[in-house]
Amino acid sequence: MDVERKTYVEELDRSIYDIKNEFRYSYKAEKGLTPEIVKDISRRKNEPKWMTEFRLKSLEIYNKLEVPVWGPNLDDLDIDNIVTYVKPNTDMKYSWEDVPEDIKDTFVRLGIPEAEHKSLAGVGAQYDSEVVYHNLKGYLAKQGVIYVDMETAVKEYSDIIRRYFMTVVPPSDHKFIALHGAVWSGGSFVYVPKGVKVDIPLQSYFRSNAPGAGQFEHTLIIVEEGAFLHFIEGCSAPKYSVNNLHAGCVELIVKEGARLRYSTIENWSKNMYNLNTKRAIVEKNGTIEWVSGSFGSKVSMLYPMSILKGEGARAEFTGITFAGKGQYLDTGAKVVHAAPYTTSNINTKSISKDGGVAVYRGSLNIAPNAHHSKATVSCESLMLDNKSRSDTIPVLDIKNDEVDIGHEAKIGRISEEAIFYLMSRGISEEEARAMIVRGFVEPIAKELPLEYAVEMNNLINLELEGTIG
Amino acid sequence: MDSKFLSIKNLHVKTGEKEILKGLNLEVNKGEIHVIMGPNGAGKSTLANVLMGNPKYEITEGEISFLGNRLNDLKVNERAKLGIFMSFQYPEEIPGVTVENFLRSAKMAVEDKPIKLMQFKKVLKEKMELLNMKEEYASRYLNEGFSGGEKKKSEILQLLILNPKLAILDETDSGLDVDAVKIVAKGVEQYKTEENAIIIITHHRNILDYLKPDYVHFLIDGKIVKSGDESLIEIVERDGFTALKN
Repeated sequence: MDVERKTYVEELDRSIYDIKNEFRYSYKAEKGLTPEIVKDISRRKNEPKWMTEFRLKSLEIYNKLEVPVWGPNLDDLDIDNIVTYVKPNTDMKYSWEDVPEDIKDTFVRLGIPEAEHKSLAGVGAQYDSEVVYHNLKGYLAKQGVIYVDMETAVKEYSDIIRRYFMTVVPPSDHKFIALHGAVWSGGSFVYVPKGVKVDIPLQSYFRSNAPGAGQFEHTLIIVEEGAFLHFIEGCSAPKYSVNNLHAGCVELIVKEGARLRYSTIENWSKNMYNLNTKRAIVEKNGTIEWVSGSFGSKVSMLYPMSILKGEGARAEFTGITFAGKGQYLDTGAKVVHAAPYTTSNINTKSISKDGGVAVYRGSLNIAPNAHHSKATVSCESLMLDNKSRSDTIPVLDIKNDEVDIGHEAKIGRISEEAIFYLMSRGISEEEARAMIVRGFVEPIAKELPLEYAVEMNNLINLELEGTIG
Repeated sequence: MDSKFLSIKNLHVKTGEKEILKGLNLEVNKGEIHVIMGPNGAGKSTLANVLMGNPKYEITEGEISFLGNRLNDLKVNERAKLGIFMSFQYPEEIPGVTVENFLRSAKMAVEDKPIKLMQFKKVLKEKMELLNMKEEYASRYLNEGFSGGEKKKSEILQLLILNPKLAILDETDSGLDVDAVKIVAKGVEQYKTEENAIIIITHHRNILDYLKPDYVHFLIDGKIVKSGDESLIEIVERDGFTALKN
């Protein structure tokens, strides 16, 4: 077997998305996103009619909604020219040489093999994941697990996709999810049948092949009764895209007594607007566990939501956000307790440095019927200098008295006394700071898949290098 | 440059606008134990912190030399590498960093060479047993949730592991019960050789029941006003600090 063989993404790009000329034409004629563009995307994907109609309906909603103004400043997003963000990659003069030096440099310093650099940057060769993926597929298929890209799912599992697609997150939720509904591309569909425990984590890293897959990708996961899955999204190495808007969507359905663990590290390049929507519906005695790391992007708005729909449902959220120079990362978690005896536990940490802004924004809703529910929220922020900012904006809406709620928020800086203490044991100032930061995130790092934890450590070291004098 | 072990000449130190040390002189040779006593606010802890290099304090005049090195301009970690150690009165809590990982990092930093994990674990276990510390302390986060006594023991554990040339014990015996003082003293005794020196800063004479000082100094209002042997302590205990002024 020729394991070394690479599949070139450019070929794929052309086969699905070779609409260069038409695009130029429509771009000149019409600045906004038109039904023609959306229809064309659908046609290129050979989609069933219902999906084309779904896209067009989403476009209508998109055109009616306003850009949200309650969070980070999005003025630099050229909404009138939204079509420029939607243009497929092949339209761009896009080569390895165009990838910014800092990203190339980071690949090297993270010790990622050269072959992989280009694929992570979205250009050139694809990582040898096909082989790995096919093996995985055979192994899982025996258990009845479905794991395919979204395009394939729409065609091969049309009934099930039609039943669930954007029901957890409807296009009417906000402007960018409506946009997603109209132009989504790529992503994964996972179905775990009743009682099946998938004993190895599935990684979407192995599945990114569709053009624009990293931009408007749609993930739909259904874990049936009593089943278990750990899904790992993305890759911790920085992703670079000339299209600097990311509006992905993740829909998770956790059935009775099932458990789903969903881990992500997002490390977009620092030109990216990451406006991502993720939501889980959890039925009776089911458990959703989110592990979420946000490192990259220029602006992030990301608040994974858990709807605890059935009695005894549980949600765990563990998040880490690291905002450096020029970054505004507005992240958090939302939980809706919609049934009795439901439990949620939110634990987040954020770090800001070099003028970066890290905001925790979360909400906790307890419905009138959700008696005997328990919820704890703990958010801690560490600011590494005086230029950086951290805020916590928690919203609590409690409509039942028989509940147990705990909330704790801490914002702090590294104390000079702690630095002095560590240095008095021979440790350099730089290492002392890194040690304190690593210690701060340690409880979160423990939750991450091992290779992510290692890379997170590397990232912290990289981020802290050169911060001293 | 003075090539003595430790030599402090005419040391003036301020923090903020306030002058705390006002022309302090002290010499320490290897193999010696020095005790510094004095009333609250006299500048005892300031002296310890200045020797270690706490950036909160500024030397306005005078010289500190240690083994031929002028300490005044050296960074805190550089002083540690020369062999200076301070046992903190109030050690900082460092969440997420285990005692073991921290101590191994520190040991490698001080000695500037890698240390094998298994070899280190063995030494750590041995020293912890000596201080009656349960094994589980090695995997606890540094000083986090430690009681006062545990924090002081953790400082002495660090002393034993890092094995510096000069140990400055800042109120290491304060707030400890009799048994804990005994254990801490045992640790310090274990550390002491003819090749190193100790400066003990204390309020009480409890620890001196176990450690015999060669010199006792009284620090009052930023200066050492009287030095002598152990018998000075009795005079102060009988007649108070004012007796020293005569």
